[in-house]
Amino acid sequence: MAAGKEIRTKIKSVENTRKITKAMEMVAASKMRRAQDRMKAARPYAEKIGRVVAHFSQAHSEYKHPCTIARETIKRVGLILITTDKGLCGGLNTNALRLAINKMKAWQGEGIDCDVTVIGNKGFGFMQRVGANIVSHLTGLGDTPHLEKLIGPVQVMTDAYKAGRIDALYMIYSRFINTMRQEPAFVQVLPLTPEAAMEKREEHWDYIYEPEARAVVDALMIRYIEAIIYQAVAENMACEQSARMVAMKAASDNAKNVIEELKLVYNKTRQAAITQELSEIVAGASAV
Amino acid sequence: MAMTIHVDIVSAEASIYSGLAEFVVVPAEMGEVGIYPRHAPMITRIKPGSVRIKAPDREEEDLIFVSGGILEVQPGVVTILSDTAIRGADLDEARALEAKRAAEEAMRDRSSAMDYAKAQAELAEAIAQLAAIQKLRKKGR
Repeated sequence: MAAGKEIRTKIKSVENTRKITKAMEMVAASKMRRAQDRMKAARPYAEKIGRVVAHFSQAHSEYKHPCTIARETIKRVGLILITTDKGLCGGLNTNALRLAINKMKAWQGEGIDCDVTVIGNKGFGFMQRVGANIVSHLTGLGDTPHLEKLIGPVQVMTDAYKAGRIDALYMIYSRFINTMRQEPAFVQVLPLTPEAAMEKREEHWDYIYEPEARAVVDALMIRYIEAIIYQAVAENMACEQSARMVAMKAASDNAKNVIEELKLVYNKTRQAAITQELSEIVAGASAV
Repeated sequence: MAMTIHVDIVSAEASIYSGLAEFVVVPAEMGEVGIYPRHAPMITRIKPGSVRIKAPDREEEDLIFVSGGILEVQPGVVTILSDTAIRGADLDEARALEAKRAAEEAMRDRSSAMDYAKAQAELAEAIAQLAAIQKLRKKGR
C-alpha cells in the first residue's frame, strides 16, 4: 500500500492548502466591504474639489496656475504607478504593470524619458528590476489609505513639474468596475484637465481671493491632485481585496476538485489492492 | 421663510456635513467670515477652528471642527474642503524630502533588494520549468 500512503499525504496537503485559501477568501471578503466603503467615502471630496477646480477654470482669473497650462514639447514625463503591497490577488498587478511597461516603451520610442513614483510593494520591486528611474516610493500602506502618507511622494512629482523637470504627469492604477472586474487605467494628472463641460456662464466674473490668488490656488491645486491620487489608491485597495477574494475562491474550488480526483484514485488503488489480496488468499487456499 | 444657502463640508476620507443653512461662519485665514446667501464668489484657505452653521429649522447653531482646508463660496453653495492631515509648507516639504531620500536609499540599496527579487524571479522560472518537464514526462509515459 505504498502508493495509497503517498496519495493520502497528498490529499492531506491539498486539504491544508484549501483551508488556507478558504480563510484568505473570507478575510478578503470582509476587508473588501470596508475597502469599498472607503472608496465611496472618498468620492464626495473628489467630486466637490473637482467642481471647485472647474469653477476656477471658468473664472476670469488673471492668475493662471502652472499646473493648468499644457506644455508644447514633452521631453520627460512622470508616472505614478499604484499597485498593491501584497500578492495573491490574481492578475491585478500584472495587468497594471503590463500597461505601465507598454506606456514606458512607447515613450522610449519617442525619446521621452520617464520618472516613476511607485505606490505599493509589488510595483516597486518590479520597477527596480526593470531599472526604471524611481524618484520616490511608498510601501506598506496597510488596509486604510491615509492622505497624510501620500503627500510626500506626490509632492516630489508636483515639484518636479513646477521646476520643469517633467512636462506631464500620468498615473496608472486599477479601476474598480465591480467585484468581478477590475481594469488597469491610465490617467493624465498634469497638466490638469478639469471637466469644464459645465454650463458656461457668459458674464465676466472672478473670485475674491483671500489673501491672494497665488497662495490660494496653489493650495487648491495641490489638494486637487492629492484627492485624485488618494481616490485612485482607495480604489486600488478595493480592487485588491475583491481580486484576492475571487482568486482565492478559484483556488479553493480548484483544491476541492483536486481532492476529489485524488480520492477517486486512492479508492481505486485501495480496491485493487484488496481484490488482489483476496484473489491471492483464494488462490493460496485452493493450492493447499 | 428666510433665504438659505447649501453647505457641504467634506474631507478626503469622509463627507462631514451637507445641508441648508441661513448663514455660515468660517474661520478663514484672514479672520472669521460670515456668509449669507448670495454671497459673491470667494475662495480662501481656512485655519483650524470651528465652522458655525445656522440651520433654518433649528434654534441653536451647529458647530463643526475643521483642521484647515479650503473654502469656496458660490452664490448658492458653500463648499468647505477640510484637510485630514496637519499641513504647512515646511511640513509638506519635509515629507517630500523624506520620500525622495527613501527612494534614493532604496536605489542605492538596490543590489540586495534586487538580488532578492532576481533570485525570486529565477526561482519561479525554475519551478515553472520543472512543472512543465514533469507534465511532459507524464504525457510521454
